[in-house]
Amino acid sequence: MTTTDVAPGRSKLTRGRLPGFAPWVSLAVALVLGAAAVAVPGFTPFGWGIASAIIFAIVYVAWSRAVEGGRKAADKLATCLVVGAFLVALLPLVSVIWTVLVAGIPGLLTPGFFTTSMNGVTGVFDNRAVEEGGPVIGGIYHALLGTLMITLLATLISVPVGLLTSIYLVEYGQDKPLARAITFFVDVMTGIPSIVAGLFAAAFFFLVVGPGTKTGFVAAVALSVLMIPVVVRSSEEMLKIVPNELREASYALGVRKWRTILKVVIPTAISGIASGVTLAIARVIGETAPILVTAGFATTINNSPFAGWMASLPTFIYTQILNPTSPSNPAPSDQRAWGAALVLIILVMLLNLVARIVAKAFAPKTGR
Amino acid sequence: MSKRIDVKDLNVYYGDFRAVEGVNISVAPRSVTAFIGPSGCGKSTFLRTLNRMHEVLPGARVEGQVLLDGDDLYGPGVDPVAVRSHVGMVFQRPNPFPTMSIRDNVLAGVKLNSKRLSKSDADELLESSLRGANLWNEVKDRLDKPGSGLSGGQQQRLCIARAIAVKPDVILMDEPCSALDPISTLAVEDLINELKENYTVVIVTHNMQQAARVSDKTAFFNIAGTGKPGKLIEYADTSVIFNNPSEKATEDYVSGRFG
Ligand SMILES: Nc1ncnc2c1ncn2[C@@H]1O[C@H](COP(=O)(O)OP(=O)(O)OP(=O)(O)O)[C@@H](O)[C@H]1O
Ligand SMILES: [Mg+2]
Repeated sequence: MTTTDVAPGRSKLTRGRLPGFAPWVSLAVALVLGAAAVAVPGFTPFGWGIASAIIFAIVYVAWSRAVEGGRKAADKLATCLVVGAFLVALLPLVSVIWTVLVAGIPGLLTPGFFTTSMNGVTGVFDNRAVEEGGPVIGGIYHALLGTLMITLLATLISVPVGLLTSIYLVEYGQDKPLARAITFFVDVMTGIPSIVAGLFAAAFFFLVVGPGTKTGFVAAVALSVLMIPVVVRSSEEMLKIVPNELREASYALGVRKWRTILKVVIPTAISGIASGVTLAIARVIGETAPILVTAGFATTINNSPFAGWMASLPTFIYTQILNPTSPSNPAPSDQRAWGAALVLIILVMLLNLVARIVAKAFAPKTGR
Repeated sequence: MSKRIDVKDLNVYYGDFRAVEGVNISVAPRSVTAFIGPSGCGKSTFLRTLNRMHEVLPGARVEGQVLLDGDDLYGPGVDPVAVRSHVGMVFQRPNPFPTMSIRDNVLAGVKLNSKRLSKSDADELLESSLRGANLWNEVKDRLDKPGSGLSGGQQQRLCIARAIAVKPDVILMDEPCSALDPISTLAVEDLINELKENYTVVIVTHNMQQAARVSDKTAFFNIAGTGKPGKLIEYADTSVIFNNPSEKATEDYVSGRFG
């Protein structure tokens, strides 16, 4: 028995592999060639990126094919495609966040942005702010308040309805005709355009309460129509994955079905249900059209969701952009709108964060 | 505490499929009875009819009588929930409630039913149940830790503690050791021997040695072929079933010449 000496790092098994610097060399080549290619029609960073990406994929895969063979080359091609798709998907997201940050921060940092409403703010002030360089006055307090109240009310309506529906579907439905009908209508409801939900709520209150009923509560009802199917769907999935063994364990202890659901099934699923609810809130918090037709828009603080028009962040943004407070100098209105947009995005991000924390906090504990 | 079970002409169905046919059997109180038989012959199905757990499955139903000290479990007006608090059950896979601590798992039968229990009564019940399941010494220092943090064997004994905490008359066990290692199995078998002092125990097992070790009487179930109902072939003292069975099928099965 003799042992063959093998050079470190090279053996029969590692033969024919691309060196570690291959991607970097390919990238450098691609960047240079890409710059040359786009220089002909006219240089833009965007075109440069696209051209470089394509050339990189070609160089890298061709090199791999020459050195490593077809299988590895196919693997590298797939990797390039996957990473490319990921970057393409990321692009709009990063771009949106960047745009809103840049445009929104000045508004956000204006004194009084969070503490004042648009009550009494007229074009005169905006013209003065632009011409004399003073601070932009007026803020989003009324809109923030409206958004929070309308969303809270919508959540209070949707969560019980949605959760009870999903409990019926999972625990009692057993594929009965009623359960199948509910599932069907929930699916249909998921696809309802949001403006239709708004019109439904407006028409409903028109019939029940009287013409011209526009309040925060009507808007909350409209948002519930959008929220309920999301809550039903996500809770249903969460209840379904509670193992049947736990239900049987509870029944076998002589526990009634409703108590089993309340004390075993729901606590086991609560983390998923809670994060589903939070995501449903995030889904409706930015709705504009249904609020516009149900709560109108207001420039003043309205503390009651049951009387009078109510502002919200999306409708605030919409009206500020479409009908600037001062038509001749729209810049202050723009600034306020972008500030409000930034606040809305921050709210949605906070909600997603809360969803994660909630899921963690409620998750069944393991470990010793 | 311990009660006798008499089963008369029991047929068990899943929808239209008759899974078990014509079972007649009597189980004495304070004894261990083992059910053995090939896979799919209806042992679990039959066991689950003894505490009306069978009917929680959609379409499942039962014909015949199951008498618990003379009271028919399937009589008109009998509340299945009440039946289950008299006849406890331990499942094949340990299934402690993942959201609950060890303590709450043991007291689950009481707490989930919102029975008021003073702190001292609860502690007493907790300790006696865990001692009854031979688990007290292993967990007494971590009663507030989650039950799912225990080993498989400990979890199974936790489930047994949970079952005896509701003070049933009968304990049914469906292959309680099939997910356990030999040492945990031994612990559970010792436990079954102790439980016999106070309860009627019925156990399903695929392990012949286990049946021989723990049971007083053994019932052999068999099935004629797929799609046919399972039947009780022979029911006798364990020593008779393993040494001197009267049916050819039983002898073939216990001696490993089956199929
Ligand atoms: N939920 C169910 N729906 C319909 N049929 C079922 C259901 N559960 C079991 N069966 C059928 O009933 C028969 C008996 O099954 P059972 O689970 O009682 O067998 P078993 O003797 O416990 O088998 P094993 O030893 O493998 O656990 C089998 O034919 C099985 O296919
Ligand atoms: Mg079974």
